[in-house]
Amino acid sequence: MVTDKKRVKGETLLDIKGLKIDGYSDDVWNPIIKGIDLTLKRGEVLGLIGESGAGKSTLGLAAMGFARPGCRISGGSIMFDGMDLIAASEEQRRALWGSRIAYVAQSAAASFNPAHHIIDQTVETAVAHNIMTREKAEADARDLYKRLQLPNPNTIGDRFPHQVSGGQLQRAMTAMAMSCRPDLIIFDEPTTALDVTTQVEVLAAMRDIVEQFDTAAIYITHDLAVVAQMAHRIMVLRYGNLVEEATTRAMLKSPTQEYTRSLWAVRKLQKPESISDDIALRIHNVDASYSGAIKVLDNVTVQVPRGRTVAVVGESGSGKSTLARAITGLLPPSRGEIYFNGKPLPRTLAERDKDTLRRIQMIYQSADTALNPRQKVRDIIGRPLEFYLGLKGADRDRRVVELLESIELNESYIDRLPGEMSGGQKQRISIARALAAEPEIIICDEVTSALDQIVQEEILSLLMRLQKKTNVSYLFITHDIATVRAISDEIVVMHQGKVVQQGPKSQVLSPPFPAYTELLLSSVPEMDPDWLTGLLAKRSKKAKVSA
Amino acid sequence: MNTATTPVRTIKARRSVIENIRRNLKTAPLTAWFGMIVILLYAICAVFAPLLAPYGESEIVGKAYQLSSPENWLGTDQIGRDTLSRLIFGARNTIGIALITTLLSFLIGGSLGVLAALKRGILDQGISRVVDAFLAIPVLIFALMMLAVVGKNLINLIIILALLDATRVFRLSRAVALNSVVMDYVESARLRGEGMGWIVFREIVPNILPPLITEFGLRFCFVFLTISALSFLGVGIQPPTADWGSMVAESKSLISFGRPAPLYPAAAIALLTIAVNFVVDWFLHKTSGLRDGH
Repeated sequence: MVTDKKRVKGETLLDIKGLKIDGYSDDVWNPIIKGIDLTLKRGEVLGLIGESGAGKSTLGLAAMGFARPGCRISGGSIMFDGMDLIAASEEQRRALWGSRIAYVAQSAAASFNPAHHIIDQTVETAVAHNIMTREKAEADARDLYKRLQLPNPNTIGDRFPHQVSGGQLQRAMTAMAMSCRPDLIIFDEPTTALDVTTQVEVLAAMRDIVEQFDTAAIYITHDLAVVAQMAHRIMVLRYGNLVEEATTRAMLKSPTQEYTRSLWAVRKLQKPESISDDIALRIHNVDASYSGAIKVLDNVTVQVPRGRTVAVVGESGSGKSTLARAITGLLPPSRGEIYFNGKPLPRTLAERDKDTLRRIQMIYQSADTALNPRQKVRDIIGRPLEFYLGLKGADRDRRVVELLESIELNESYIDRLPGEMSGGQKQRISIARALAAEPEIIICDEVTSALDQIVQEEILSLLMRLQKKTNVSYLFITHDIATVRAISDEIVVMHQGKVVQQGPKSQVLSPPFPAYTELLLSSVPEMDPDWLTGLLAKRSKKAKVSA
Repeated sequence: MNTATTPVRTIKARRSVIENIRRNLKTAPLTAWFGMIVILLYAICAVFAPLLAPYGESEIVGKAYQLSSPENWLGTDQIGRDTLSRLIFGARNTIGIALITTLLSFLIGGSLGVLAALKRGILDQGISRVVDAFLAIPVLIFALMMLAVVGKNLINLIIILALLDATRVFRLSRAVALNSVVMDYVESARLRGEGMGWIVFREIVPNILPPLITEFGLRFCFVFLTISALSFLGVGIQPPTADWGSMVAESKSLISFGRPAPLYPAAAIALLTIAVNFVVDWFLHKTSGLRDGH
């Protein structure tokens, strides 16, 4: 322990009063945080929750006395353990950072230097702040690795960041943050980029280590179920204002604000299952690989009925996106056949005619990269109309507006560039572009993963409405079970390139489960603060039994 | 749905191009304004040279090596031609040739660069290695050599300089296009069944245009200086055509007599280079999204 002061659990560590932060954009300062009070006691974990743009990351960073470039703290006070962080000099703050206040970012892969061993980066702060000698720090790091349940804690530090998995790297970053035994640790969406199955391990490890050292923590996330596992108290933020604050259990039980309740409601969206035998697309015994050696798709058979939604679930690397590439012809299958309306589909993109291409459309995960940032909505949606259907000039524009209206936007959007719209609006434009071609099948590749929960719900219900109207089939690729529950008729579970299970939703989501489906389903966080504890207990019991 | 669909609807643009330009000009810094005004003045000189110049391009108006006088504001050169008139005509020749050369080099280098980024594989490797080989040789020496081989005339000069410059444009456009070709919107266009032309000119080029335009300004300066240098060495633009580089060369010895004659064309070169750079800097700043001081 490095601080001279004794740590008294329950004593106020961080006290933010009336904090105001402005951000600079379009040549004016706009308020991002509009006067927020926040107190944090030692050993307490506070969850900050809200949609993107709510100001939660800005507030988290402000707790370190840090304002991002382009932001300024324009009012209020930040007291950390009796020290005014706003008045403090840059050097004083810098001395705190890393040693007494630590930060764990969303993307561990981007935060680690790929050219150095993990352990060198773990001990760097402690050594740089002259808190420990290098030998001691390394021994301590190995101890932390062990506490964080990393495999081979004694040698894992000698690896490079790319040689460990994403979940392991995220835990290594937590070890880095803990290396000086900080008083306060800020987790900024630390598990958002991870698969559900890995998320469980990381959450458990983080929660454990914070408890062991009585560290105060601020946990920033947009996922309520996750924050329910981690935090003692939750603050809901929106547009830089505090919406509601309560202890986790109280808030989950009876949220008082309408907005908080709407956050809850998302996970309740559900569509009645409907089965059809009219098969639009049939993927039959397909193998595919990128370099030849490793099969990314291994004997995959999937059927997509007309006017229905087939959800393909699995973690990253399970081959679900490769399946989309095989269907679209970007990656011709090395074996097997894909039938479209009963006829075999040409293997490569070049062999397919315009009309075949028109019938199979695709919507991407990130509308930011899927929409050309230099094209206006008029051209983005208008191009397929012109290209496939030969519409021109005023006819084309009229159809564009009709499509805009069908995705619940209006004429005023026609001259906007993608950069002038929100994430949800951009994703709607992607949907309209796919619809413009009047397709029979739309492949949706993680289309809601990058969106906030409320926007997710809007997009999903829009997709459902459009399906009813146009009888289009969706092949819906996702890793999110809540999404699958919401919109699918049939489910395909994929793992390591193979189809583990396929069937109607009701059948796949009810026991008995194959082992992998069970792991996947049980790893989805639930809105119950005891869920993680219960799950870990169940799993360790099972492990004991099988051992 | 906010509005009902009526049979005939006109969909209006929200903001015109002219309005956008006006908005941008409003926020332009002083340096950019200076650069734009200078470039505009040069352009006027170049276009209206015959109207502006007091005498003809190669008209002999008096004795050689005259100092400034009311008749010849900047004096006369070694065979008695009016220096001011030659400066004004020089703008036309030097800038015109530099502009044509730069445009040509961008056409060649830019399209090859985007094509290499899009196609990758053997085509990319082939062009890139040839370009590497070209880049290993200093431009001026290579240009001198090539001009000696094919003969020194204007067309050859333009083609050789454009080709040499295209190697640099190729490197840049390939690098920026590589970032763009991996984007989903390019894949989406391919899935739609779009041809190569659409993908290159409608999907990729608009996205890589800002760095290319910036580079255009800089390359223009370099080409311009290279032409001046070649003219100075006697293999560039040939007399009696007026050209700033050769004007410096012809009057260079006068500097040792304390005469300002070589400084006029040199200053014309320097001023234009600085002006172009000011404008390019502003453009780069605008398009890169950098914000100063905040």
